[in-house]
Amino acid sequence: MKKVYLLDDTIISPLGFSTLENISSVKNQISGLKFQKNKRFKSGGFYVGIIEEERLKEAFSEIGDPDKFTKLEQMMLLALHPIVSNIPNLNNIPLIISTTKGNIDLLQNNSAFPESRVYLSELAKVISNFYGFKNEPIVVSNACISGGLAMAVAKRFIASGKFENAIVVGGDLVSDFVISGFQSLQAISENACKPFSKDRSGISLGEGAAALLLSSQPKWNVKNITLTGVATTNDANHIAGPSRTGEGLYKSIQKALGEAEISAEMIDYISAHGTATRYNDEMEAIAFNRAGLQEVPLNSIKGYYGHTLGASALIESIITKHSLLNNELYKTLNFEGYDLSKPLNIIEENEERNLKYALKTASGFGGCNLAMIFKKEENGS
Amino acid sequence: MKMSDLRTELKRSIIEQLNLEELEVDDIANDEPLFGDGLGLDSIDALELIVLLEKDYGIKLEEPEQGKKIFVSIDKMAEYIEAHRTK
Amino acid sequence: MDLKITDSVHIKNQKIFHGKEMIFSAKPSADIIQFLKQAYKYLNVSYPKFHKMDGLSKLGILGTEVLFQNRTIHPETALIFSNSSSSLETDKLHIEAMGDIVSPAVFVYTLPNIIVGEISIKNGLLSENVFFVTDKFNAGLLLDYSEILMEDSDVPAVVCAWIEWKNADYDVFLCLISRKGNLAFNKENLEELYHFENE
Repeated sequence: MKKVYLLDDTIISPLGFSTLENISSVKNQISGLKFQKNKRFKSGGFYVGIIEEERLKEAFSEIGDPDKFTKLEQMMLLALHPIVSNIPNLNNIPLIISTTKGNIDLLQNNSAFPESRVYLSELAKVISNFYGFKNEPIVVSNACISGGLAMAVAKRFIASGKFENAIVVGGDLVSDFVISGFQSLQAISENACKPFSKDRSGISLGEGAAALLLSSQPKWNVKNITLTGVATTNDANHIAGPSRTGEGLYKSIQKALGEAEISAEMIDYISAHGTATRYNDEMEAIAFNRAGLQEVPLNSIKGYYGHTLGASALIESIITKHSLLNNELYKTLNFEGYDLSKPLNIIEENEERNLKYALKTASGFGGCNLAMIFKKEENGS
Repeated sequence: MKMSDLRTELKRSIIEQLNLEELEVDDIANDEPLFGDGLGLDSIDALELIVLLEKDYGIKLEEPEQGKKIFVSIDKMAEYIEAHRTK
Repeated sequence: MDLKITDSVHIKNQKIFHGKEMIFSAKPSADIIQFLKQAYKYLNVSYPKFHKMDGLSKLGILGTEVLFQNRTIHPETALIFSNSSSSLETDKLHIEAMGDIVSPAVFVYTLPNIIVGEISIKNGLLSENVFFVTDKFNAGLLLDYSEILMEDSDVPAVVCAWIEWKNADYDVFLCLISRKGNLAFNKENLEELYHFENE
């Protein structure tokens, strides 16, 4: 099986319109979560990560007509732009798109766009045609693991020799559809989310998009990051709550470690899902303990972005990748006080450290779980 | 409304709202636990019951946690509704 | 690797086919709600949670009931599901509710992979999952991804499926892929099976 390298990447979020800007914001502990008025909340509003439309339009105008593309499309196309610009020929490069709800906001607004744009397959066509991808685009829509699962699909196609390269793009909006839904589940925190914290009271929503080039070929004379192990496992327990024993996540971690041919002791850093709901964070603590990972420095990135749904595992994987390259661990923003039933080693302050292997996890509605192992390879390998 | 009518109405609503299609009104005892072993309702059902309280009886719970004490049985629910209904 | 299409199920036009044999038919006038209820009873599904599910999940459960009958399914049987409209019919129900009071039980079904979750729960499958959204039935994608999982990831068997519910119309096709059987697992056979009864 071939090695699969994670090459160029972009993040489009309230923290910036490039990976560099995003990493810099995270390093400086800047959060994209801001208070916004909303009648659905007792306190009159909530903390949420929103990309300003004007700023987005301005950036998008450099590459296309903002009136012809929805907000989510502009985000995804902007994310793809720097990556696609470096590729002379898009023949035989599949585009894999991850999103949970796509252009769902079109179903409610009287919009200039036809209702057919709500279909994820239509969204895929728009994105794919803009850049002239020759292969049929594929959409992965698998709840909150979508962003990472799209990477796993790309990795599996490349490792099997079916393709040399693949591009993953992911994105999701903060829409009234999603706000109202999560509110009905009592899942949204009134304050900015506090992953793994004693007083955590739910998620903060955020919007974002990201894109990543995966390839069987490394970049020369630099350190490369490979995706060496992936696995998904369903909990088979409940469609809207995680397994109390962390069954699916634990099994995914074990399988991913097996594929990467390493043991748990070799993991230097964990980028957890850490949504800050009572159940998710507890489940992750249990699963990581079962896998013997309770001492490994661990964070959740969601204090910076909120939960970006179909983009979350992709954005957070990119942050993880750059953590490894920079030998930097970023603190778990908003973390305060620990009371989970099992111990974890929460990263509370930024730290420099030699890092080689990282584990990224994600879980989602429908009982899905995903584990990915990233490895920093030596120069030119 | 007579208490027994409220209990019957409540059972019908619950069967409909929670899609308990294989149950009849007579299958639900007034003091039977709704959660745990009784009717085997789960966390989503609990949230749906909060919706039912608001939709049918105009009762908006301050804290969802209150549900735990109210949704113990049909009897407990009926008592709470009688005391707090605005519809 | 010698992979076979071990079995298949179709659900369309108020009929259920096991392989190429029709095993159930409701009245042509039956709408989807009546069809699902009648099929549920006919197949003796006996699973009260069924009634809480949305249309997509009900279709998926009925399909796997037929596919899995009289055989032991390995708990690591991967589920590779797809459609073109995601959970749009249920999304519309949520939007309706947003005008009044939102139902959490409806909202949880506004993701297409919930079908896979429900099937996993009912059948105790702790396995690889993916939900793809494609313009139309994509035999090549299902074939390639199934092969990769079975060859490179030690997955013992796969169910690949197309579960579509769009504008009150449904089109369901499931295949069990393993090393048993006579029908070779390739693009032509997959497409031929899918189009059978879709004429």
